[in-house]
Order: sequence, then C-alpha cells, then structure tokens
Amino acid sequence: MSLAWILLLPFAGGLAAWIAGRWSDLWARWIALGTALLHLLLLLVTWGVFFTRVAPAPGGWLMASKQPWIPQLGISFHLAVDGISLLMLLLASFLTVLAILTSWTSITRSVGFYHFNLLLILTALSGVFIAFDLFLFFAFWEISLLPLYFLIGIWGYENRVYATTKFFIITQGSGLLMLLAILGLVVVHWQATGVLTFDYLDLVGTVMSDTKAFWLMLGFFIAFAVKLPVVPFHTWLPDAHTQAPTAGSVALAGLVLKVGAYGMIRFVVPMFPQAVADFTLAAMILAVVGILYGALLALGQTDLKRMVAYTSISHMGFVLLGIFAGNELALQGAVIIMLSHGFSAAALFIMVGDLQHRTHTRELGRFGGLWAVMPRMGGVGLFFAMASLGLPGLASFVGEFLVLLGAFQVNVPLTVLASVGLVAATIYSLWMMQKVYYGANTADWQVDDTGGREMAIMASLIGATLWIGLYPQPVLTTSGHALTEMRKFAAQARATAARPEGTESAASAAVASTSPVGGERP
Amino acid sequence: MNPFSALTPMVLLGLTPLVLMLVISFHRSHWLAALISLVGMALPLALLAGTATSDAPPLAPLLIIDGYALFYIGLLSAATMVVVVLSYGYLERVPGNREEFYLLLTLATFGCAVLTASNHFISFFLGLEILSVSLYGLVAYLRTTRTALESGIKYLILAAASAAFLLFGMALIYADLGTMDFTAMTSVLAAKTREPSVLLLGGFAMVVIGAGFKLAVVPFHMWAPDVYQGAPTPVTAYLTTVSKGAMVALLLRYGQYGGLLDYDSVASVLAVIAVLSMFLGNLLALLQDNLKRLLAYSSIAHLGYLLVAVIAASREGSHAVTFYLVAYFVTSLGIFGIITALSDERKEADEISDYRGLFWRRPWVSGALSLMLFSLAGIPLTAGFVGKFYVLTAGVLSDLWLLVLSLVVSSVIGLYYYLRIIITMYLSAPADPSSPLPATRRFSFPEGLVLAGLTVLLIWFGVYPAPLLSAIQAAVGSLA
Repeated sequence: MSLAWILLLPFAGGLAAWIAGRWSDLWARWIALGTALLHLLLLLVTWGVFFTRVAPAPGGWLMASKQPWIPQLGISFHLAVDGISLLMLLLASFLTVLAILTSWTSITRSVGFYHFNLLLILTALSGVFIAFDLFLFFAFWEISLLPLYFLIGIWGYENRVYATTKFFIITQGSGLLMLLAILGLVVVHWQATGVLTFDYLDLVGTVMSDTKAFWLMLGFFIAFAVKLPVVPFHTWLPDAHTQAPTAGSVALAGLVLKVGAYGMIRFVVPMFPQAVADFTLAAMILAVVGILYGALLALGQTDLKRMVAYTSISHMGFVLLGIFAGNELALQGAVIIMLSHGFSAAALFIMVGDLQHRTHTRELGRFGGLWAVMPRMGGVGLFFAMASLGLPGLASFVGEFLVLLGAFQVNVPLTVLASVGLVAATIYSLWMMQKVYYGANTADWQVDDTGGREMAIMASLIGATLWIGLYPQPVLTTSGHALTEMRKFAAQARATAARPEGTESAASAAVASTSPVGGERP
Repeated sequence: MNPFSALTPMVLLGLTPLVLMLVISFHRSHWLAALISLVGMALPLALLAGTATSDAPPLAPLLIIDGYALFYIGLLSAATMVVVVLSYGYLERVPGNREEFYLLLTLATFGCAVLTASNHFISFFLGLEILSVSLYGLVAYLRTTRTALESGIKYLILAAASAAFLLFGMALIYADLGTMDFTAMTSVLAAKTREPSVLLLGGFAMVVIGAGFKLAVVPFHMWAPDVYQGAPTPVTAYLTTVSKGAMVALLLRYGQYGGLLDYDSVASVLAVIAVLSMFLGNLLALLQDNLKRLLAYSSIAHLGYLLVAVIAASREGSHAVTFYLVAYFVTSLGIFGIITALSDERKEADEISDYRGLFWRRPWVSGALSLMLFSLAGIPLTAGFVGKFYVLTAGVLSDLWLLVLSLVVSSVIGLYYYLRIIITMYLSAPADPSSPLPATRRFSFPEGLVLAGLTVLLIWFGVYPAPLLSAIQAAVGSLA
C-alpha cells in the first residue's frame, strides 16, 4: 500500500481550501475541516489494520513504500509507518481538526491562505513522522517551519514579527546542525561500506568510533533539543506561543514539540546506543532542570498564555527524562506524555484563546471570578488544570508515573528531584484556576459562556484525556511493539555490519578511494 | 567530429553582435534589436541539444568545446535571454538610444562563452576583456544619471586594475612553467616533483586576485554594492549571474588542469577568502535597506558558499559548484527580474519599504518573490536548498569541517535579512492613502512568462533535481 496519501490528502485539501477562499471563507473552512476529518478517519482505519497485522519478517514492523528520488546521491522517497509514527500521525491529525474548529470565527483575514498553512503544517509533520530517508526527513522538518512562520507572522498578536523571526532563525539554525550530523553519518557509512545512502534502515546500523558517534549524536540531540525544547535552547518558545494565533499555539504545543521527542526516539536512541549511554546523566540533568525551571517560570508569569507555554517546557522535561532513562517503561511513558501533553496543552491554549477572544486580554491580574460568568468554561479549565498536574485517572498521570518508575531504576536522586516538579505543577495549575476563575470578578467581566462549537472541541479533548488515563493499553501496545522492534532491528543491523570485519575492510578501502557518485550504483 | 561544426555555437554567439551592429546602423528599432539578440542566443542553445552528447576535439590551442563548455554556454545564453526580456521593458521607459544596449549585452555573453571554453591564457584574457569592456558600457548605460556614471567609472578603474594583476600573474606562471596552454600545464606540473617555486605561487596569487575581483569575494568586493545599486537592474542581474558564472566555470577548469588547487597554500588562501566572504557578506547585508545593495552583499556570501565546493575540488565538488550555479542563476534572475518588472517610470522598486504589504495587492508576485528568497536562504523544496545541500555534501566528503561549519553559521545569520524582506511583504499596506503605492507596475506578457518559468524551474530543481544532476554529471564528467 502506498503511504503517499498521508501527505497528498492534506496538501491537496489545503490547496483546495486556499483556492476556495478566493470566493468564500465558509467554503475554505469546510473544505479544510473535511480534509482533516477524512485524514483522521483514514488514519484510524490504518490503526485498526495495524492491530490485525503482525509480520514476522525483518523490517516487517513497518508498512513501507519506497521510490527512487535522487538516485545519484542515494536519496529515495522512503515512507514507512510503525506504531510510534501512527500515534504521532493520529495526534497531528486530531489536533489539526481542533485547530480548524477553534479558528472558525476568530480568523477573518485571508481565510483560504490560513487554512492552507494549517494543512501544510499537517502535511509537513506527517512527512516528518513517516519519512524513513534522512534527506526526506530533513526536508519535511524544514518545510514545517514555513507555514508556522506565516501563521505567526500574519495572524499573530502585537509582537508577532519579532517572535516569528526568532522562532524561524533558531529552529532553522538547529536544523542545519542536524543536516551536518546527517551528512557526517552518511559519510561515515559511505567510508565503511562504499554505499552512499540516506536511507534510515541502512544507516541505523552504522558502526563507528565512539568519538564520531558522540559528536554525531550531539548534532542530532541539539537539533531535537531546540524543538522539544530543552532548557538552554527554549527561548524561542514562550515568544512564539504568546504571539501565535490559537491554532498556531495548538500546532506548536501539540505537534512541533512532539517532533523533537519523536526525533530522539527514532534517531538518537537506536543509532548511537553507546553515545547515548555515555550522555544519559547529562541529558537527565538537563531534563530535571527543564522540569523545575519551566514550572518555576510558569509561576512567575503574568501573561496567561506565556504561563501555559512555560508549563509545556516543564512537561517536555519529563519526556526527555523518559527517553534518556532508556528502559522500556520510561520510553513508553514518554510516548504517553507526548500524547497527553498534546491534549492538555491544546485544551489550555484553546481556552486562553477563547478567553482572549472575549476579554481581549491575557493578563492574569485582570481576570478573576470568571466562574460565575462562564461556569462551563470554568469546569473545562478545572479539568485540564487537573490533567496538567497529573491527577490519577487522567492521561498525564499514566505517562509521568511510567517515566518516574523507569527513571527510578536508573538514577534515584534525579527522579526524586523530578517528582518535585509534580508538586510545582499542582501549585501553578491551582494558582491559574484561582487567578482566572475564582475570587471576585473585580474587572466586572460580562461575557458569554462557551458555545456549542467550543464545547465540542473541549469535549473531544476531555474524552481523549480520560480514555488514555483510564485505558492506555491500546496505545501502549502500539508504541511498545514499535519500540522493541526498532531497537531489535538496529542491534541486528549493527551486528551484521560489524561481523565480516576482515573480508570487507579491504573491499571498502578500495571503494572508498573512488567517488561515491561513480557508476557502481544502479 | 568536424572541429568547425563543434565551433558553431561559438560562431553564432560571435555573429550576433555583428549582425546587431549592422542592423542598427541601417534601421533603429528597439524590438528588432531585442528580437535579434533573443534569436542569437536561442540558436546556439537549440544547437547544443544536438551536440551536447558528442565529445568534441579541442580546437588547439585556444579553445576546447567539450561537454562542460557546451553546458555552460547553454546556461549563459539562456540567462542572457532572460536578461534581454527584462531589459526590453526596462529600456522602454528610459530616454535615449536603446539598441546599443543589446549589442553590448550579446558581446559580453560572447566573452563569457570564450571564457568557459578557453584552454589557454590568451583566450582566458581575451574572453575576460571582451566581457569587461562590454560591462563598462552596460553598467554606465544610463549615462545621464549620476549613480550610473559613478558605478561605471568605479567598475572601469577596478576592473582594469584587476586585469593588470591577472596579466602579471599569467606572466609569472608562464615564466615558471614555460607554457600558457592548460592541457600542457598538466603535464609540466606532473613532471615536477619539487615544491612549487615562488614564481608559480606568486602567479597563482595574482590570478586569484584577478578572478576574485570578477567574483566580488572579500577582500575584492568593494565595488559590488555601489555598482549593483547604480547599474540598471537588468545589468545587475547580468553581473550577478552570467559574468560571475563564466568566471567560476573558468576557475574550475583552470583548477583541474593548471594545478591551482593542488597546493595547500593556494587552497588555504581560498578557504580564508571563502570564510571572509560568507561572514562579511551576510553580516553587512543585515544593515542594508536597499534591496539591490542587500543582494550585492548576499551575492558575496553566496560566492563564498560556492568557493567551499570549489575548494572541495573532488568530482562532487565540481558537480556541486555547477548545480549551485544553476540554482543561483534561476533564483537571482528571478529576484532581479521581479525588481525590474515592478519598477516604473516614477520609481525603481529597490527599497525594502516599497514591498510593504505587497502580498495583499499582488499575491502571485509576492509568492514568487518569497519562494526565491527562501531559495537564497536555502529552505527545502527550492533549488537553492538542493544546491546548498550538495555544497555541504561535497565539503563533508572532503573533510572541510571548518568551512562547512562557517557555511552553516553564516547562513543562519543570512536568514535574518531574507526573512525581513519576506515579512515586509506580508505586513499591512502603508496607511497613508495620499501617496501613490510603489511597485504597482503590471507585468508585460513576456515578463510574466519568464518569471513564471523561473519560478517553476526553482521548484522543479528543488523537488526533483535528479534529471538536472545527471545532465551536470555528464557535462562535468568531460572535464576530468
């Protein structure tokens, strides 16, 4: 089965929405919504297929399709889906539906182009999640920046030009660093085997010296750490979030941050096991710093949106902790947090967006006593504040619990410190509720409560959060299968690459002296 | 193959200015002159399709018409055709004689063609002088304006000085090697086992100065911003693309045959020039408000990137240089084309502020311009990205990590000014309704066609570069 529909569908839908937007805003909205819903539906069907399909063949954990693209450089159009990709795709598609719904009335300026950008984000991020060629992965990675750049730059708030430029330059710079790491990896593989290729399945088993592995790992790590974001690289995030339109914030928190975590799980961990093991302590310290720093700064914010942005940094710290703890439990937990944070951050950003749409402010000090005016919104806010602080029965509890359980086996003191982050999460979540909904309505707000469309958005997010919190097993099965298979495949590939040491080194030395773009490739 | 039929494209390129001169002396007509130059460029291009596959013998001793030369002649003629189309609309709105412009333009392209095919110092110098002398006239073509005159004189003095350096360098190399023929140089150099003499190194240094001036790399870049700004915009496009492209083509050939890149000292000098160009070009571009000046600095930086691949000197290096040039040609011609086509009698659309809110007035034009700027910045799905990627690959394959890192860091700096132009187009239009909006000129049909074609090429080479890569590999393969 060709997987190109995952990319073509949203792209075509985006183009159609753009064109339709020339005549009618409403048509653009409906086309975009229909496309995203169809995308989500097809992905759910694919998920169903996934459960019925257990292929024992090597690499059989993937549904793949591969076409030559730039054969001269060993680049192919290699798409593949495994459990993790599938979960990320589902999240991306689901949140895009919500992003379109949430901008139904708030976006009035060049609606067609706006929806084109939203669907282009979905296209590019879907590409990132299913690209199994490193060149292709990088291309999608970079393309995903463009629509976000326009989304923030055109439909953002007062300081949008600064925020969008900063976002673009920092993430593009980190992307180029990753490009260098990719090229370094490809050249190491070429020198060892004489084959120039950018294919993930070929490169994943590359055997290299520890120093080279460390530097290449660091290149990938920094690129992903900027997106995640890990604390010293996080400065673009609060600005971008605060200035972005609501849908842009949803896309940033729900999707873009996940790309960083996905990259670490897909590339850093299986490709450089030794370097990752050496780097574990440093990464876990960075993770704990991120958890505490994000929480602390969230407490210090006066801008509600900025505060939610800082809580994202804190939650992503748990993801990093889980990835680098390295055991199955923690990795599973990281995947769950990626999903649960996607839901809760999206919900909180949509809530802030709805509040701002009504009150035209994000200042925490100007809110207060809104529960009396809008009880439905207050209830939703309370639910997601609880989800954010990790109440058992809701999604993030499952993820954080698994991560802490896994990390505890690796490093006790850091795990203890990380769990302090949960206390901080309780404080900032409750503090937010206190400031916005409880207390006296000093500013005398008289605003409408949530309408049907807004409640539908929130209801779907509440449903998803409850589902993963109460019955996470389907998700765990999906990701667990992929995680073990991915690791097994990498180990096998590495073993086969290392075994015929004596016989191949002479041949590869002979090949290495010739050009990689010579005639020996088909 | 008959050497004379191999020479046909060159002869046609040489005949075009002659025909133009005769026609102009009998009958002055702007459109006729433009048409003749278009046909004069299109004919060799059409012939190339037939001859490109056969490898022609060298026309000893001056010229060698191999696949490499033919590829570049094709590229330069095609670029000149674009410049002709742009110039037509541009010259329509300036006073004075217009026909001689095409005479100079086609003559300059003839010089460039000689450069790409030259196999000898004599043809090298002849080609360069034909190009330079025509460019003096082109840069100062609007001689009634002060800026054009100033940039023309600036270009004249500096180009003449650099030509003197180049001649001196050639003399020094001749004194050491005893030959001016590139192919013969290879065998003389191969016979030498000792360290390069001071004469040879001095000669190389002088040649690098002469070439560096044409390429406008740091520290020979001083003329670029002023000349870019003062020259008519189509001429600026020509300077950026055809003139620099021919020089790079020559440099690659000379590097292969003449041993320029075999010595570590020369390679390190070029590396220093590359790093300086990348950083200085990108940093100074940050300060510009004039689009043409900004693009001059951007061009300095891009030639720095290109030098990384030249230094890599491996086969991938030559491929990467050629691909990068093609991508850069498409992008630069597109940007300067849009600047030209948006300018009208009242005002040249060369200030960044002129582009404020362009997206809301001219979505297609600003979309194309955004794509071109993204291509210059090296964002995927554009030709510029594949070019930059190829250059990086060549650099990494040759272990030039320092150069590659400088390229990455400096292009992140460069991102800022490209983004600044792009975001300006998407801001709301200026509030003042009394002053007429700048950059409102409607495109003529040929202009629109050419610009749309360039945009399509930009995306095509960015999304599916495989066919272009095979063509380049076949062409450059004849070099080694």
